[in-house]
Amino acid sequence: MIASHLLSLSIWLPIAGAVIVLASASESSAGMTRVLSLIVALCGFLITVPLYTGFDASQSAMQFVEMAPWIPQYNINYFLGVDGISVLFILLNSFITVLVVLAGWKVIKQKVAQYMAAFLVMSGLMNGIFCALDAALFYVFFEASLIPMYIIIGVWGGPNRVYAAFKFFLYTLAGSLLMLIALMYLFLQSGGSFNILEWHTLPLPMSAQTLLFLAFLAAFAVKVPMWPVHTWLPDAHVEAPTGGSAVLAAIMLKLGAYGFLRFSLPIAPDASHALSGFMITLSLIAVIYIGFVALVQTDMKKLIAYSSISHMGFVILGFFIFNQIGYEGALVQMISHGFVSAAMFLCVGVMYDRMHSREIAAYGGVVNTMPKFASFFLLFAMANCGLPATSGFVGEFMVVLGAIKYNFWVGFAAATTLILGAAYTLWMYKRVAFGAVANKHVAELTDIDNREFLVLGLLALCVLGMGLYPFPFTDVMHASVDHLLKHVAISKL
Amino acid sequence: MNFVMPDFYPAASEILLLVMACFILLVDLVLPSTKRWIIALLTQLTLVGCAIVTFVTADGQVVLTFSNMFVDDLLGDFLKLLVYVSVSAMLIYSRGYLAARNLEKSEFYLLVLFSTLGMMVMISASHFVSLYLGLELLSLSLYALVALDRDSPRATEAAMKYFVLGALASGLLLYGMSMIYGATGTLEIGGVAQSIYHGVANKTILVFGLVFLVSGLAFKLGLVPFHMWIPDVYHGAPTAITLFIGSAPKLAGFAIAMRLLVYGLFELAGEWQVMLTILAVLSIAIGNVVAVAQTNLKRMLAYSAISHMGFMLLGLLSGVVGGDRHFALNAYSSAMFYAISYVLMTLGSFGMILLLSRAGHEAENLEDFKGLSQRSPWFALMMGILMFSLAGVPFFVGFWAKFSVLLAVVDTGQIWLVVVAVFFSLIGAFYYLRVVKLMWFDAPIQTAPIEATLDMRMLLSVNGLAVALLGAFPQAIMTLCTFTLLRSL
Repeated sequence: MIASHLLSLSIWLPIAGAVIVLASASESSAGMTRVLSLIVALCGFLITVPLYTGFDASQSAMQFVEMAPWIPQYNINYFLGVDGISVLFILLNSFITVLVVLAGWKVIKQKVAQYMAAFLVMSGLMNGIFCALDAALFYVFFEASLIPMYIIIGVWGGPNRVYAAFKFFLYTLAGSLLMLIALMYLFLQSGGSFNILEWHTLPLPMSAQTLLFLAFLAAFAVKVPMWPVHTWLPDAHVEAPTGGSAVLAAIMLKLGAYGFLRFSLPIAPDASHALSGFMITLSLIAVIYIGFVALVQTDMKKLIAYSSISHMGFVILGFFIFNQIGYEGALVQMISHGFVSAAMFLCVGVMYDRMHSREIAAYGGVVNTMPKFASFFLLFAMANCGLPATSGFVGEFMVVLGAIKYNFWVGFAAATTLILGAAYTLWMYKRVAFGAVANKHVAELTDIDNREFLVLGLLALCVLGMGLYPFPFTDVMHASVDHLLKHVAISKL
Repeated sequence: MNFVMPDFYPAASEILLLVMACFILLVDLVLPSTKRWIIALLTQLTLVGCAIVTFVTADGQVVLTFSNMFVDDLLGDFLKLLVYVSVSAMLIYSRGYLAARNLEKSEFYLLVLFSTLGMMVMISASHFVSLYLGLELLSLSLYALVALDRDSPRATEAAMKYFVLGALASGLLLYGMSMIYGATGTLEIGGVAQSIYHGVANKTILVFGLVFLVSGLAFKLGLVPFHMWIPDVYHGAPTAITLFIGSAPKLAGFAIAMRLLVYGLFELAGEWQVMLTILAVLSIAIGNVVAVAQTNLKRMLAYSAISHMGFMLLGLLSGVVGGDRHFALNAYSSAMFYAISYVLMTLGSFGMILLLSRAGHEAENLEDFKGLSQRSPWFALMMGILMFSLAGVPFFVGFWAKFSVLLAVVDTGQIWLVVVAVFFSLIGAFYYLRVVKLMWFDAPIQTAPIEATLDMRMLLSVNGLAVALLGAFPQAIMTLCTFTLLRSL
């Protein structure tokens, strides 16, 4: 019973948990609320573990499939399933949710239950996005996940939170509404089906493919975000509370990239090939130009936000060079970025909780007062610039290899990220952590406590583990990526 | 001349309502004004009784009676049931509000009953005359209801505007009907359809009449450019009455649009679809854009109503593509589903305004919703659900309403129309989100606890949860819409 409904549980368990958290909350029992949320988040994570252990990596077909009619009027089904591409993200998402609950443990003092519930609901909805195989179901999850994030940014965010929350919501909605039109068009073309897998084999003329590709691009490019529609991200990141930034960077950005793999590439392969030059150009602009933009930031969160855009540009580059190593590199990069960006935001959060400033200039010599924290921060900074033996290296290296295979100069341009990434990350780290103690606020800093140690330690384990031994990750995705590549290579005209 | 006794059975619920209304009128004469609750109870019981009668007599047959002036079909029965539900909900929502303003008079209940009767006649009309009678019964009762608070200059002005423009609209409608009568020689909706089908009618005169008919309809539904009365009346009328105008009459409006355009003038679909396209695009555009600039929630919801009616038209105008009719059922049922979900959401959102209003304080400005999440997290959640639903965000019923209508439009291949609709919904999302922002992101100005009776709290919660629940499982209502239309076409 449980085994056949694992995916449903991974979606609805956190959401049901959120309802319980909300219902049992009262002003006096914030401690209880936190413990309860942690239990829900942990259960949510544990329920996803069998998805990995029970996953048959030799198959490219969908696994753990669940199918039930939902809205027969439009032939919409509650159709869930995961392949090697999506299964890892469900684990990642549920894992990050646990960390986010821990990270908000002390900082969030107002409306604790609502805060925790918003994250739990979002966790469930995002699991739904990753395992929905019915396009209408996918869309419903995709848009519904905006609501909790909107609330999180708007209620617990920084001074300019209202602007950021609106920008986030409307930007994403604009993109996804165009996707909705594309989904409806495909529904009619396929003779009344919202089944994504059926759409994969649907023959389409080039003009239709191009329009579909562009409509999907509108939705996913905003979500990734790709240059030039990235401007909502720095605002959202800066204003969101630490947990919100972590989830946004670690999971929500991946939804866009995942959308390319699930929709754009297999449904419009010919258009994808035809427009690959355009996509590569956009990605390279993101990698290089945004890399430079990151260099001049004075706000740490903004810097990491731009770094995320640059890294996601790398992922999209990996998708449009059409070779196995590029795809797998991009996927590894997505997972790794999930760990690293979450870790970076949590690190900034640790400092922000103490100093209430995100300005790099407000810091200096943090290593003197917070040695344990500074070591963790250094590790994540290194991973962010792709140091070998950290998870950041594996993905970037594979994508660069794939890009060189595709075209030397593309590979060359992409490889500049290793320099740029190192420049902006390490320069920030140097200004924040090294040197003499800058001011009396820094001098009063206390090092991380056990809870923060646990959160950062878990992420450090993941970053190092994935960097030293990426096989468990790549092994799972191998068959599915292979299948996808073969599929994309066949023309649908 | 031999007189044939008409069959009263199909109109049993209308007759019951009329009898009960007269009975309440008599009861009111002998009842002291302190026992007003008896009138309220009797009104509710009347609605329940009508619902039972309508439900029991719904047999799925299309029966014409009163010399083909009145039709009893499943579509009518279903819409009437929904009208009872929304009128009954409106009565519960408005009791506290009206009592606090000393407006809870028996006239209120009677006028509501008569306008309900008007809506029922409209829904079941199969003849231009009965349709017009129903419409006038509804409109005249509504004019009086808007002026219920006779000491309020704003309400009186709104009633005057409503009356003048409403009379003009009725004139347009009548003129259109007379033109069509001139062309076809009959006032029966079925007869008109027959006559056009056989090609005996003069098409120029028909189209001429159609223009007036559509204009009159557009007035009543509040579509741009015939929308001017909507914001003023919504704003000026006591909120309880605004709630009434904004809810059940939209269902009746949908019904007469169906009866006139689809049942009567289906052969002219090519012509009226073009007219509806213009009305729909203008309504969606202007309704959404102007709503952004409003600071008064009632005005904002008025413009939102305009845009939603435009959206509903998108469903109505997608029925026929180049003479091909097999999309018709889907398109009309999507419009019907839209109207139903809209009424549900309107009931809830105006109900929220009534909930926050107290004696001497109208919670009709956007500011009044500031910090509601701190005053009452539960009702802030309900209002949040309603606003997200109106904005068309899943998992709420408003999303599926937009979804089914847009899918019907995509069916016709008019992708540009979908893009326009989607673009302006995006603008619309802004002002709904603003309400959510006020409730959650801002600190409260008012700190007074919410005073409301238990029945009102319960009903409002049920209303909000219904929006969420129907959003998760919309199939039942969708099936009902399709089924009733299928059996009534």
